[in-house]
Amino acid sequence: MTRLARGVLLVGGVLSVVAGCGADGPGPEVCRDVRTGPPCTKLSGFGLFRRPEAQEPAEGVWPFEPNSALFSDYTLKYRFLYLPPGTQAQYSEDEGFALPEGTILAKTFAYPLDARRPTEGIRLLETRLLIHRPEGWVALPYVWDEAQQDAVLRPVGTTIDVSWIHTDGQRREINYVVPNTNQCKECHEDSRKVLGTIGVKARHLNRDYPYPWGSENQLAAWTRLGLLRGAPPPEAAPRLPVWDDPRTGSQEQRARAWLEINCAHCHSPTGSARTSGLDLLYAQQRGYDIGVCKPPVAAGRGSGGRRYNIVPGRPDESILVFRIESTVPDIMMPETGRRLPHTEGIALVRAWIESMPGTCP
Amino acid sequence: MRCFSLALVVLLLPLAGCEEEGVLRPGANDHETLQQALLAAQPGDVIQLGEGTFRLQRGLSLTVSRVTLRGRGPQATVLSFRGQTEGSQGLLVKADEFLLEDLGVEDTAGDAVKVEGGKGVTFRRVRVEWTRGPSPDNGAYGLYPVQCERVLIEDCAVSGASDAGIYVGQSDTIIVRRNRAERNVAGIEIENSKNADVHDNILTGNTGGILVFDLPGLQVKGGRHVRVYNNQVHDNNEDNFAPPGNIVGQVPRGTGMFVMANDHVEVFGNTLRNNRTVSLAVISYLVTGLPIEDPAYDPYPESIYIHDNTFEGGGDSPDPTRQLSLAIGIYLRPIPDVIYDGLVDPKKLREGRLPDELRLCIRNNRRIGGTFGFANIDAANLPSGMPRISRDLGPHDCAHPPLSAVSIPGVGP
Repeated sequence: MTRLARGVLLVGGVLSVVAGCGADGPGPEVCRDVRTGPPCTKLSGFGLFRRPEAQEPAEGVWPFEPNSALFSDYTLKYRFLYLPPGTQAQYSEDEGFALPEGTILAKTFAYPLDARRPTEGIRLLETRLLIHRPEGWVALPYVWDEAQQDAVLRPVGTTIDVSWIHTDGQRREINYVVPNTNQCKECHEDSRKVLGTIGVKARHLNRDYPYPWGSENQLAAWTRLGLLRGAPPPEAAPRLPVWDDPRTGSQEQRARAWLEINCAHCHSPTGSARTSGLDLLYAQQRGYDIGVCKPPVAAGRGSGGRRYNIVPGRPDESILVFRIESTVPDIMMPETGRRLPHTEGIALVRAWIESMPGTCP
Repeated sequence: MRCFSLALVVLLLPLAGCEEEGVLRPGANDHETLQQALLAAQPGDVIQLGEGTFRLQRGLSLTVSRVTLRGRGPQATVLSFRGQTEGSQGLLVKADEFLLEDLGVEDTAGDAVKVEGGKGVTFRRVRVEWTRGPSPDNGAYGLYPVQCERVLIEDCAVSGASDAGIYVGQSDTIIVRRNRAERNVAGIEIENSKNADVHDNILTGNTGGILVFDLPGLQVKGGRHVRVYNNQVHDNNEDNFAPPGNIVGQVPRGTGMFVMANDHVEVFGNTLRNNRTVSLAVISYLVTGLPIEDPAYDPYPESIYIHDNTFEGGGDSPDPTRQLSLAIGIYLRPIPDVIYDGLVDPKKLREGRLPDELRLCIRNNRRIGGTFGFANIDAANLPSGMPRISRDLGPHDCAHPPLSAVSIPGVGP
C-alpha cells in the first residue's frame, strides 16, 4: 500500500479506531456505539431519524433550539441531542454542559424550497455531528444525497449549488460550502486545542420548545426527562435574548446576543481569535474589549480604512460593521460558515452602535 | 466488513491518478487533493508536493502535529491562490512541530500562512509573493506565526504583503535569519514577543525594514529580549500601501528600523543604508497618538542598546504623508541616524532620570561619509511647539550586558 493510501485510510483512523464494524454492516445499534466504532460512512447508520426527509427524530433523540442562532446563509437548522441510555448532561451556569462519552449532537442544514412556506418542503444539505469519544469530541460532516434518503461522510467537505425562494419572494442562488473537519475545529476548538460544543449552554437553551406534548422550557424538559442534572428552575438560569424578538431584551442586549452567537466562538479569551484581543461574549462588560475605540491588530484590509472596531454613534466608521457586511474572503466575519451577509442582524448591530453614546479620540 | 471497505472506496476515490508514490501533483481538483492529504496526515508524516502549480480557490488547513509539508523548491512547487473565494488564509495551521519548506505561496486573499498556537514552527526556503506587487488589496501577512513557541524562519523570501512580510506575534523563542523581505509594508515585524534573534536578513524596498513593536490590548504583551543583528536594511522607501487603520499604516516610507515600546532590545552589526525618513528610531507607543486602555501595558522602550552598526545616507527625505515622520523630523534636516523620542516612564525616574539599567545606550556606531548622528526629539514638548531637541550622545554613552542568544533545540547556528 502506498504511503498516501495508508494516510487516507487513516482519515478513518483519525476519526475512529478502525475496529468493531459488525459483519452485518452499519446498523443503528452498531454505529450508535460511537465510543469505539469507526465512523459510520452513512448517517443512517446512527439511527438518529425516524423520517430523515422531515428531520423527525427517532426515539431518544431530542430536538432543541438556541435563543439566538448562528447565521448560516438563511438555512433552516435542525438540532438534536442523543445521550447514551442511563446517562445525563451536567448543568453549568456559564460553561457548556458536561456531556457523557457517547453523546451525539447533530445539526442538519437545509433550505426551504420557498422560505415563505418553510413547512411545505425542504432540501437537506448536510448534517454535522459532534460525537463525544474517549479521546474527545470529533466533528463529522455528512452530505445528503439527491434523493434525500441518506447522507454520506465527507471529511474533506464540499460545495453544493443551491437555489431557493427567499422570504421576499425572490429566487436566491448560492454555492453553499460544507466545511471540512478542520473548519469545524476553527469554531469548536479552544486555545488548548480541545474540541467542544458551542450552543449547549444554559443561556442558549433557556427557552421554550414546541414539543409534541406542548410547549415547555428546554432546561425544565431535559431535567424532567432525566437528561440533565443540576439545573435550577429556568427563572434562576441565565438566558440570552432572542436577537430578533424585542420582547426578550433591549436593542443592546439583542445585539450583544447576536454578536455572541455569531462571533464569540472565536472572539473570546479562549477562542481562536483571542490573538486579536476582541472579546464578544455577552458577559464582557468592558467597552474596549468588545471593540469600542479599539484599534485593529492584524486586520489587514479587514480594517476597511476605519480606525476603530466600534465608533460610538458611527456604524459606518466601525470596522466590526464593515466586516460583518463583507463577503470578501479575507475581510468577512465570521471567516467561515457564510457566503451572504445577514441583513437583519447587521441592521440590529448598526442600530445599537448608532445609539451608543460617546466618541473615540 | 462492509463499513470498512465502503470507507476505503469513498475516501480513496479522489486520489486516483498519482504516479510517483507519495508525491502529490497538480490536477483537476487541487484543493481536494491537498486538503484531503492534510486531513489524513498522521503525526510524523511528510506530505510531498511535486513540481508545478497547484491552483487553489479555497483556504487549506492543518490540525495534526508533527507534519511536514515539502515541495521541490520555492520556484518549482507553487500553491497559487489567485482568485481565492473562501478562507482568510492560504494555509492555516493549528498544530505543533510544523515544518513547511521548499515551496512558493502566491496571491492569497488574506494572510499566506498562519500558524496559531503552535509549539515548534519552521519555515525554510518558503517563497511568499503577491505577484501584482505592492497593493492594499494584498493579504496582510506573509509568514505569520502567532502565540507560538520555538519559531524558526530561515532562507525565506516574502514580497508584497500589505502589512508585514514576516510577522511573529505574541510568541516566544524565535529565530528569523537569512530571509529576504522586499516590497512589503513592513519587511519583518516582531510584535509582543520575547526572546527573538533577527539576523542576517536582507530588507529592501519595503516601507519599513524591521519593526520591533509592543502593542496594548493583546493577551500576550511585554515584548522583550530581542536581538537584531547583522541585517542589511537598505532602500526601504516604498510608499506605505497598508490599508488605513492598521498600526503599520503609520510607518513612514523610508524607515529602516523602529523599536517601539519593547524592552531589552540589542541592535548591533546592522547596515542601514538610504532609508530616507529615518534609519533607526526608538519610540514609545505614545507617539502613535492612539488610546491605551490597558492598565497592564508599558508603552515605553527600556534597556535598549544600539552598538556597532553602520549607517549610510538616509534621513534626507522624510515621508510627508505620515504623522510619525512629522513628529520625528519636523525640526531636523537631514534626520540623524538614530532618533529617540525621549519619553520615559515618570514612575521609574530616580532623581529625575532613568536608572542606568533602563537607559537607551548607544555606542560605537559609525556613519559612512560623515559623523554618526543622534537626536532626542523631546516628544513630550512637541505639542507645545518648543521641544528641546538634543543631539548630545553623552546621556546615552553606556552599555547594557549582551543579551543571550536564542537557542532552539535541534537548531544549529
